Amino acid sequence: MTEEILFLTELLGLKVFDLKGRRIGVVKDLAIVPLVDPVRVDRYLIGGGGPAWFTVRHDQVKSISLKGIYLRDENLTPYHSDEYLLRVVRDLLDQQIIDAHGRKVVRVTDITFEVRQENGADILWVLDIDVGLRSVFRRLVQGVLPPRLVRRIHTRIPPHSIRWEFCNILEPDPQRRLRLNISNRLLEDMHPADLADIVEELSPTDREAIFENIDSEVAAETLTEVDPDIQASILESLEPETAADIVEEMSPSEAADVLGSLEEETSHEILEEMEHAPKAEVRELLEFEEDTAGGMMNTEYVALPETGTVADAIQALKRQEELIEYLNTLFLVDEHDHLKASIPIARLFLHDGATPLTALAAESLIQVPVSEDKQRVTEVFDKYNLLALPVVDEDHKLTGVITADDIITVLRQK
Amino acid sequence: MWRKLRLHIAIFFAVIGPGFITAMVDNDAGGIYTYSQAGAKFGYLPLWTLLPITVLLIVTQEMCSRMGAVTGKGLSDLIREEFGLRLTFLVMIVLVLANLTNMMADFAGIASSLELFGISRYISVPIGAIAVWLLVVKGSYQSVEKVFLWACVVYIAYIASGILVRPNWKEAAFSSVRPVLIFDSGYITMLIGMVGTSIAPWMQFYLQAAIVEKGVTEKEYKESRIEVIVGCIAMSVIAFFIIVACAGAIYNVAPRDIKDAADAAQALKPFGPYASLLFAAGLFNASLFAACILPLSTAYSVCEGLGFESGVNRGFREAPIFYWLFTGLIVIGAGVILLPNFPLVKMILLSQVINGALLPFVLIFMTLLINKTNLMQEWVNPRFYNAVSWASVALMIGLTMALVALSLKDMISSS
Repeated sequence: MTEEILFLTELLGLKVFDLKGRRIGVVKDLAIVPLVDPVRVDRYLIGGGGPAWFTVRHDQVKSISLKGIYLRDENLTPYHSDEYLLRVVRDLLDQQIIDAHGRKVVRVTDITFEVRQENGADILWVLDIDVGLRSVFRRLVQGVLPPRLVRRIHTRIPPHSIRWEFCNILEPDPQRRLRLNISNRLLEDMHPADLADIVEELSPTDREAIFENIDSEVAAETLTEVDPDIQASILESLEPETAADIVEEMSPSEAADVLGSLEEETSHEILEEMEHAPKAEVRELLEFEEDTAGGMMNTEYVALPETGTVADAIQALKRQEELIEYLNTLFLVDEHDHLKASIPIARLFLHDGATPLTALAAESLIQVPVSEDKQRVTEVFDKYNLLALPVVDEDHKLTGVITADDIITVLRQK
Repeated sequence: MWRKLRLHIAIFFAVIGPGFITAMVDNDAGGIYTYSQAGAKFGYLPLWTLLPITVLLIVTQEMCSRMGAVTGKGLSDLIREEFGLRLTFLVMIVLVLANLTNMMADFAGIASSLELFGISRYISVPIGAIAVWLLVVKGSYQSVEKVFLWACVVYIAYIASGILVRPNWKEAAFSSVRPVLIFDSGYITMLIGMVGTSIAPWMQFYLQAAIVEKGVTEKEYKESRIEVIVGCIAMSVIAFFIIVACAGAIYNVAPRDIKDAADAAQALKPFGPYASLLFAAGLFNASLFAACILPLSTAYSVCEGLGFESGVNRGFREAPIFYWLFTGLIVIGAGVILLPNFPLVKMILLSQVINGALLPFVLIFMTLLINKTNLMQEWVNPRFYNAVSWASVALMIGLTMALVALSLKDMISSS
């Protein structure tokens, strides 16, 4: 009888027989060569009593079942450690991996393989990574109870497995990442908030590896979702160039928040590496005290001359496409950038193009100076039921805006 | 220079928590009983052991916190990754049993201390259990840690009650630095008990996990190490005052054995109501504090080591084993205290046996782990320190084994 499914716990210690049916050793480990094929078991590492192991290539195997592995070619080579091999027991078993489908960090307890036929011989495919109670049970009784009995008992325990294609291996060494062909696609496809939760659970080395490797735009979005303390330790662990690439992708206010929480020396290094345009803006924002309106505000607002019309405003919005998703208020300024009025964007739709913008202005103009205390800002927000609050400097020039989003962050921190 | 110092102080306050809390919870109901007993029976004589105990404690706790800071992983994670699932499973089973018996001792502490205030255990224990459960489920790590740090402050009650008793300070000071060995079986047993109870397996798991949770990294490690050392010293200071209080109040009047820690509080009555009440309040605080930390720490260690979902921010559906474990520990730990005729003394002896049986494994695993270059890089033990570590570990194991033997003897003779 042949099995379609074999577990790693069953494969380890399985006897290996040569052409004449003589036992030559037992399975010690399995290895995949991801650069050649990411799911096929490429090598079987066989130990026979002594400390030296042999390697059997997948095309030297005739059949694989619980009875043992039978070879069709007994030309065995001694095992040499090879950087291109992903060794299942050494590199996967008991280690943490990321389950990109379930969006969490899991620990590998067992691995499920499928036995497939290829050119009249059996090969093994990695099917699932097993976690949870069922696999713990298999591990505990491995080699103690006969495999068939284990199979009969374990079906009573609910399974918990992750498809191999949804697994992301954690490997901090960049050289080895390349050799093992570890892609970042799974992580980059996740929602940044989910990836942030995962990152928080990992060790500092693994975190660093992820941020070194993923696309800097995804890294920036993820980093803003990470707990502020961890944020700082991640940026400090990265090379200043990599950190600067990530920070550049953030909005200036987020960048200033993140850099503001770093040690002065580190934030200075990162700023140096940044490109010119965002650097100046971030520098300016960094000047403000964290607990003031200046420290809370962002600079992503749309200001229009007070002489403009509705048609001008719509034109201006078309040019600010990347801002539009979160925008709900426009600001009117005079020729000296002094704040004159605010306009809820929805009002644009109620008037035709020729209407002067001043006619649409909100009844009262609520604003705060950059030095306003954080506590007071939240009070103003609550009192006037605002979505966006303009911030002005000492000369009453519009310098930034605080949005409801920023207020939620402040309230959550308490 | 001044700026740098200020920075260090700021980081110190940012990392404060794990080391302090672990050391303080070490003085739980069982610990307080041991120290009270030592003072009641032998007066100031045993005080000298506190110095070596502090050193041993610092050596072991420092290793845990260093591993946490460098690897960013908990002790059970590391044991799993480096020694496999079966050993982890074994260690975890024993850890659950050990902590279950510890929980019983702590709920007994809650019951007996509040009975001194005239509150029946049928009220105090259920309320205590529910409070612990709610704190764990509803609190976040940060808020819970703050509550715990305040609980540390309540230990000052022992210092106050020690002072109120007006002990012989001169003799106490001399005894602290003058080692006295008497070849009396009671005295030796007491010494072994003091060292044996000063370090428990759960502490290593809790401390390392708390360091990781706090986000301490190699950079802040210097400050974190100071915090661990200060915590261990503070623990010894509290132990000193407990011994001194009992020496002054009981030994100086008539040396005797005490039944439990609440018995010691009772004996402080002649020195004014405050001495006794403060002692009892300290016991209540310590017991409740330990009862909060143990179930959570156990559930986290077990789930992380075995790879089950854990964390109070996941729901019951997502992490059922986690919730069952810590709820079970609380319910059973509190429940047995309410059973009439429950053999509590035997359970506490059993708790010492289980803790003692587990400790060698944990300490040996720790010392092996901290010497692995692939984990610790340049932070592995330096050679000299390694010798100190192994010597401390060996001494700890030797004394704990002696305590296990004594406890087993007591258990057999009392049955």
